[in-house]
Amino acid sequence: MSAFSDSLIQKEAWSGLMMGNHALVRAMIESGVMVVSAYPGSPTPEIGEALLSVPEEQRPYHFEYSTNEKVAIETAFGASINGHLSACFFKSVGLNVALDSYVQMPLLELTGGMVVILGDDPGANSSQNEQDNRHIARRAYSPMFEPGTPAEAYRMFKAAAALSQKYKILVTLRMTTHVCHAREVIRFDALPQHDYDWTPRYNPPHYLAYWPITSNVFPLKRKTFAKLAAIEKDACSSEFTEEWAPNGKAPIGGRRLGLISFGIPAYSLLENLDESGASIDILKLGITYPLPMERILNFLREHDDVLLLEELDRVFEPEIKSACFDAGITCKLHTRTEVEHLMGEFVPHRTWALLSALWPEAFAPRMAAAPAQEKVAPRVAQMCPGCGHRSAFHAVRELIEQEYPGAITVADIGCHTLGSLEPYNMGTVLLCMGHSNGTAAGMTIGNSVEKVGDKARPVITFIGDSTLFHAGLPAIINAAIYNHNITLVVMENYTTAMTGHQPTHANGEYGDKLNIPDVLEKCGVEFIRSVPAYQQDAIKDALREAIANPGFSVVIAKHPCMLKFLREKARKLARQKVMAPRS
Amino acid sequence: MADVNAKFSMNIYLCGVGGQGIGLLSEVLIRSCMEAGHPVKGVDTHGLAQRGGIVASQVKIGARLFTPRIPPGEADLIVALERLEAYRGIVAMLKEGGTVVYYDTEYQPIGVRMGRDQYPAAEELEAAVAARGGRLERVHLEDLPDPRMQNTALLGRLSSLGAIPGVSAEIIENNLRAVVSPAALEANLEVFRRCSHAPVASQG
Ligand code: SF4
Repeated sequence: MSAFSDSLIQKEAWSGLMMGNHALVRAMIESGVMVVSAYPGSPTPEIGEALLSVPEEQRPYHFEYSTNEKVAIETAFGASINGHLSACFFKSVGLNVALDSYVQMPLLELTGGMVVILGDDPGANSSQNEQDNRHIARRAYSPMFEPGTPAEAYRMFKAAAALSQKYKILVTLRMTTHVCHAREVIRFDALPQHDYDWTPRYNPPHYLAYWPITSNVFPLKRKTFAKLAAIEKDACSSEFTEEWAPNGKAPIGGRRLGLISFGIPAYSLLENLDESGASIDILKLGITYPLPMERILNFLREHDDVLLLEELDRVFEPEIKSACFDAGITCKLHTRTEVEHLMGEFVPHRTWALLSALWPEAFAPRMAAAPAQEKVAPRVAQMCPGCGHRSAFHAVRELIEQEYPGAITVADIGCHTLGSLEPYNMGTVLLCMGHSNGTAAGMTIGNSVEKVGDKARPVITFIGDSTLFHAGLPAIINAAIYNHNITLVVMENYTTAMTGHQPTHANGEYGDKLNIPDVLEKCGVEFIRSVPAYQQDAIKDALREAIANPGFSVVIAKHPCMLKFLREKARKLARQKVMAPRS
Repeated sequence: MADVNAKFSMNIYLCGVGGQGIGLLSEVLIRSCMEAGHPVKGVDTHGLAQRGGIVASQVKIGARLFTPRIPPGEADLIVALERLEAYRGIVAMLKEGGTVVYYDTEYQPIGVRMGRDQYPAAEELEAAVAARGGRLERVHLEDLPDPRMQNTALLGRLSSLGAIPGVSAEIIENNLRAVVSPAALEANLEVFRRCSHAPVASQG
């Protein structure tokens, strides 16, 4: 029990410094969330840390890391239709994994309420793309909230949970990396009394109520559209649809100027206005699906020129422009014009540049600083000293250089993705979690001595244990059944290392039931060798054998994650006389 | 409590290498600024914190705060845990006349180890800071008991310099007590006191 976890469950109202991710946990507890599920991924892991910081016997909620995002969202869904308020969180691209289930959920009556928290990543700080999940919420008909600060994240989660319970609809809270990781003083409310009734309350009014198939889909859709229409009205009167006029609203050059934005970009604009003193007002959106269109149109009617500033894709723009067309709005609606503006975060110096291009009289153009003369050596992330992956990659690289110069290597997601970088350059194709053996299967087709003689090239894939159980198994089973000529190197380290050592379902925290060789064997893999990652010769021998073996072959390179091992050892021996860095 | 001047503001940029303990450094600094009466916002701006990548954290204090982000070339104070990262911070973030306090230790990136890139010498940092009219403070303890205390040594120097108005040694100590694990506290306080009391020129 720490002061931190104490504060998460403290009964009285209080105010203190909190990171956005941690503030969400206080919001969950205040809202009476009973079930939380997740798959670890930046920028959201600190939500899990905070949930786990409360001693188990004092947690009013059940929390678990699922095998993947799809399982996580289904777990939260099951809890919700059983009458329990639930929440689920994962990173931006995690939604792609959960999508098949996510798109169904807003059609169904989520009697307990449910909020999905997404960690979107404008700027691609820790993700393989910067996909804009505002599109996806629309495609699924899930109402969306978008906070711009930790304090807003806290208040919006509570509002999202309340909205979800009011309409029994799945609500999505879209965080972005630097809302997750920002810290500020937040005023927290007192903890309401919740009864935490675990009675299963799954009572569908009709046996087809949770069965969205064929024509049964249409009544469900009608119901959802009616909910969305009502929520649009709520959004118009929501406390999160705000009008800010920090410098008053006097016309500039005879024209009334305005801004429409949301999330962090809205605060960047506010900072710019504070500096400029220009009397331009902002319509700041908080519920961004459905858009509070009546408020937006009214704002446009009251102005002559408005800049709509979105971050990433043009999602609101077509919706607002078509509404303007129907309403005969004459206000000049400015939007972003350059491709560069469709990428990256809108931090204050970038929004200033946009504003000064549009309204130079109010935002004096700033000279771009001359590029610095000094040359600074780049630094890229590296695997830790002593990491077993290093040793395995070293062996594979040496073997390929000496004996299989044309070999193709395919990476997957995890710490071992860093093997693609120098000095190993092992695993040079990367898509997403679990892709390696699917991609590799395609690369083996026709790639045989029979068809192309000595032009045939071995295909080697890498995957870690957590990723293997997350999304790796279907492609492994496929490769085993078709006997695709892939050599898979499983980098087994007994943890989910990359995101901060969350437990994996493989051998580790959960016991030893999921023994990878046994699992692979049951999946139809016939060639399996296990070697310690530190025995380079043994790895090479196993690989030679695996490559010579026609068909799908697996070499498991085992080594516990060194970082985790050292930290645990330090903790265990209570030798930690110094302050440990927080991950 | 320091007087909160409506016009006073300060941008503090913290940087280092993943695993050096920047999280704790920024936590203690933010809390100390708060205790000194400054309104404050912070944000960690690195993606993957571990695996030896670049880590950075931004802290803004002042009465008119909207975002925690520091524009390039606008840091009044840079606190760096490592020499190359200090150099990177200076080049990208230091404001004209700003102050840099860095711990002089070396974590060579792969490009340097492969002989492709240059690792900056202390003189290069001096030149870069001088070109920006700033002030450079080097911190290094030959007998530091553990490299994980480099952040504490920096906190000590920050307090002896009075780098942040109102943030006294006493306030930082309070927050070290609140944040550092009990087992590690005494050793850290010792390093902190050594660096916060020592006359500025005599270390290293
Ligand atoms: S965290 Fe573990 S698995 Fe990842 S690079 Fe470090 S030692 Fe290797």
